[in-house]
Amino acid sequence: MSDARAAILARLRSSGSGGPLPDLDTAVLERRHWSAAERVQRLRQGMASVHTEFLEARPEDWPAVLRAFCEREGLRTLLFGPATEAGHRLVEAMAGSPTALRPYDAPVETFKTELFQSVDAGFTTTVGGVAETGGLLLEPGPREPRLLSLVPPLHLALLPTSTLHDTLWSAIRALGWGQAPPPNALMISGPSKTADIEQTLAYGVHGPKRLVVILVHDLPGTPA
Amino acid sequence: MHGETDMNEGGPSGRFAPSASPLVHPHGVTERSPATPSDPSFRASATRALGDAQLRANFRRAMDGLMAKRAAQFPDPGDLQALRDLGTAVRARSLLRLPELLEQLEASCARNGIRVHWAETCDQANAIVLGLLKAKGATRVVKGKSMVSEEMHLNAFLEAHGIESLESDLGEYIIQLDHETPSHIIMPAIHKNKGQIARQFSQKIKDATYTEDVDELTALARKVLRQKFLEADAGLSGVNFAVAETGTLCLVENEGNGRMSTHVPPLHIAVMGLEKVVARLEDVAPLYALLTRSATGQPATTYLNLISGPRAKDEMDGPREVHLVILDNGRSRIYGDPQLQATLRCIRCGACMNHCPVYTRVGGHAYEAVYPGPIGTILTPQMEGVGRRHDLIHGSSLCGACSEVCPVEIPIPDILVRLRREATHADAGSKVAGKGTGQTMTEDLAWRAWAAVLKRPRLYRLSAWFATRFRGLIPGGMPLLKAWTMSRTTPLPAPRSLQERIRKGGLPHV
Amino acid sequence: MNAATPTKAYFYGTCLVDLFFPDAGMAGIQLLQRAGVEVVFPEGQTCCGQPAYNCGFFEEARAVARTQVALFPQDLPVILPSGSCAGMMKHHYPDLFRGQPEEAAVRAFSARVYELTQFLVDVLDVKLEDLGQPVKVTWHSSCHALRDLGLKGQPQALIGQLAHVELAPLARERECCGFGGTFSVRHPEISGAMACDKAEDALATGASVVLSTDGGCLLNVKGVLEAQAAPLRVQHIAEFLWERTHAR
Repeated sequence: MSDARAAILARLRSSGSGGPLPDLDTAVLERRHWSAAERVQRLRQGMASVHTEFLEARPEDWPAVLRAFCEREGLRTLLFGPATEAGHRLVEAMAGSPTALRPYDAPVETFKTELFQSVDAGFTTTVGGVAETGGLLLEPGPREPRLLSLVPPLHLALLPTSTLHDTLWSAIRALGWGQAPPPNALMISGPSKTADIEQTLAYGVHGPKRLVVILVHDLPGTPA
Repeated sequence: MHGETDMNEGGPSGRFAPSASPLVHPHGVTERSPATPSDPSFRASATRALGDAQLRANFRRAMDGLMAKRAAQFPDPGDLQALRDLGTAVRARSLLRLPELLEQLEASCARNGIRVHWAETCDQANAIVLGLLKAKGATRVVKGKSMVSEEMHLNAFLEAHGIESLESDLGEYIIQLDHETPSHIIMPAIHKNKGQIARQFSQKIKDATYTEDVDELTALARKVLRQKFLEADAGLSGVNFAVAETGTLCLVENEGNGRMSTHVPPLHIAVMGLEKVVARLEDVAPLYALLTRSATGQPATTYLNLISGPRAKDEMDGPREVHLVILDNGRSRIYGDPQLQATLRCIRCGACMNHCPVYTRVGGHAYEAVYPGPIGTILTPQMEGVGRRHDLIHGSSLCGACSEVCPVEIPIPDILVRLRREATHADAGSKVAGKGTGQTMTEDLAWRAWAAVLKRPRLYRLSAWFATRFRGLIPGGMPLLKAWTMSRTTPLPAPRSLQERIRKGGLPHV
Repeated sequence: MNAATPTKAYFYGTCLVDLFFPDAGMAGIQLLQRAGVEVVFPEGQTCCGQPAYNCGFFEEARAVARTQVALFPQDLPVILPSGSCAGMMKHHYPDLFRGQPEEAAVRAFSARVYELTQFLVDVLDVKLEDLGQPVKVTWHSSCHALRDLGLKGQPQALIGQLAHVELAPLARERECCGFGGTFSVRHPEISGAMACDKAEDALATGASVVLSTDGGCLLNVKGVLEAQAAPLRVQHIAEFLWERTHAR
């Protein structure tokens, strides 16, 4: 509808709207700073308040922590992206586990029904976290597809404590999403939830019913 | 949640009965306004709603909870004001550069593989959506929450063309089952209680048994809707913010149905009002902070979903095609007025309705409009015509609770006053839809007479003399007094006016 | 009072106080006089023009407002016993006269406008001595006093100075009473529902008096309380303060 385009733009341009642009005073965002330990604390508090669960791990043992969790929970299948470094370590660690690793390495159309109906959990990495409100930052893509963190009823996410940002605003700037945004980027604070029935909170309405963060304490001096 | 968001994440639960009060509202709830049947009548609908004690209790409880939750998110008034100033500046800058940003958005989207379509009217927008669906042979559509699609009456349009258009936001799903419209822009089913939803699910969902357990009801919907996501040929969504520089569509939600609708089906169509654009991705951060806190008192929603393209060549999932439909529907006309342009700053958080004493009492359906509450009272008349929605423009006590909490500082009372003027005066140069069509000779004459008296102190003095001397004789049946006395006694002037006392006795002395 | 405190001020009665609450007007004048302010009460006062302004009848509002501004030529504070009318004169007059020949003069006038309690607290810093019997009161903030004028607790501060007065806050102190000028007659059902809720809230406090600084709110709440024969009266804050603090 190029006619519509031209007509709309002409109307907007003919409004005579203009004048100096108001300044953007971002001081209120800039002054939010926390120490590394406080960032971890804030993130945990924020996410736990919306039912996110946490597993504690060290850089060297997170695959074992994850395996123990899967087996404790009796997960039958764990979907993951095989091409990441974390994926490689997962493959090693899960050898012989009753929880079967299922690589997400083919177009979704080839296994959509299986994805919706018989995958117990999905594992993803993250590209960071947001301390202020508590949230994970994800860049789904070829190596970790978009639905990995959405369709399985349990989402397991790997979060090194060294990757936490103070705010969403500082994260967007640090990750360069404003320059070269990935096709999809996400901030996730907890499992899927709703309160559309009488304002009563219920979890797991469409997406994951549980979000479990494997918090990898990779900062010097932080407790494992 | 949503304006284009589903952020509803609840508040204090538990049922609540209307309080037993010594002050039972005395007015007759059967009173109807004299509007003609073809015109929407806020007064008539509001009056019906006021008679529904359960509805009033539901809204009061929900709004009380939402106000408390919002307040808890803004403990520091200085930070709140700084954030509002920033949010307002972001939106105001975006509007000042609107035509340029829309073109930039289109180019950035194109670069990302998102195709942009323009629609001046809802009919055009519907036709575009239908065309895209038909081109793919799509017959099953799942929808994320979108108020713009409500403006378009898209569901009805698609159903009429043989396409299933299923709302997947839980609240929207609930009201769609009953062929209702949203009563709140963030919490569409807020007017319904658990019992009603339980009955509805047991009757309308196959194999469902009756339960009032919210987790079980939610699980029921999950089961139905996940199958729908799996089978859908296309997903439709709104847009909370569109970023011009990066060609990014931002969706804010709690449920995940927005991500399901935009990432599972092979085709994603997003619809947005043309005002939704911002310049840079980092501009989204303060708006998001304001949106989630103002709407439902959440520091963040479950998901902030930034979509900057369809499935890339090496990706395993995501839609093959993403389209963005930019809708005008009267917005460019609103844009043309420097004062009214502030209407377009709105980020659809719903805080104005949560804090509105009128909305709280009558609920969203009474407004007979897509957008209820304070923002609706300024937006709807500008879209539909100020004369046609004259009762809506006056459906406010101008108390200012809305503008006090508005995260982007829209001066709603000032705009209402301006629209009241537009409705009754056809000013040359005004671009307001329906200007002057609410004019009546009665009101014109009344205000002229009012001014004629009050600009002449002697006439005022004479009127005051009569009012005080004959104060007991004011006829209760006078038109305005009749309305006043529906709930109140007749106001009784003092035996002598202040001015008369001072004239006769001089100023008091201490 | 320090040296910079004004010793002379205008008093603007407002139409509602003039006709319905003249005692409040008298009391307001006396409160100012007692604080050492010489009060000037110009003749010719009618109405600030707010009803017409709020309905969009700007020319009519302006015609009335013009005559009122002219009554206050000297550079003296203009004190009103009404948050709503003060808000109109202070914040909406500049908009109403934008682009008019008198704009500058009106702006200068608007800058001199105060609501009574605002002036008593912020400018005069009055100290009150309570001579009355113990009483429990509640306070209704008028919306325009709160939001147009930006009143920030001045009335409550004055009430707080009274040793024998207990202030029981409303549960929804910041919520509109439903008056809204013509709103009360254009949408009488909604307005009535709001007014009834306000009266119910006031009753629940156990107070015997509802105080406010606005004639409109007072008339509205009074009308409902009377219709319900409720054991609660309304009073303008000026009248209440004066009654309790002057030796008879």
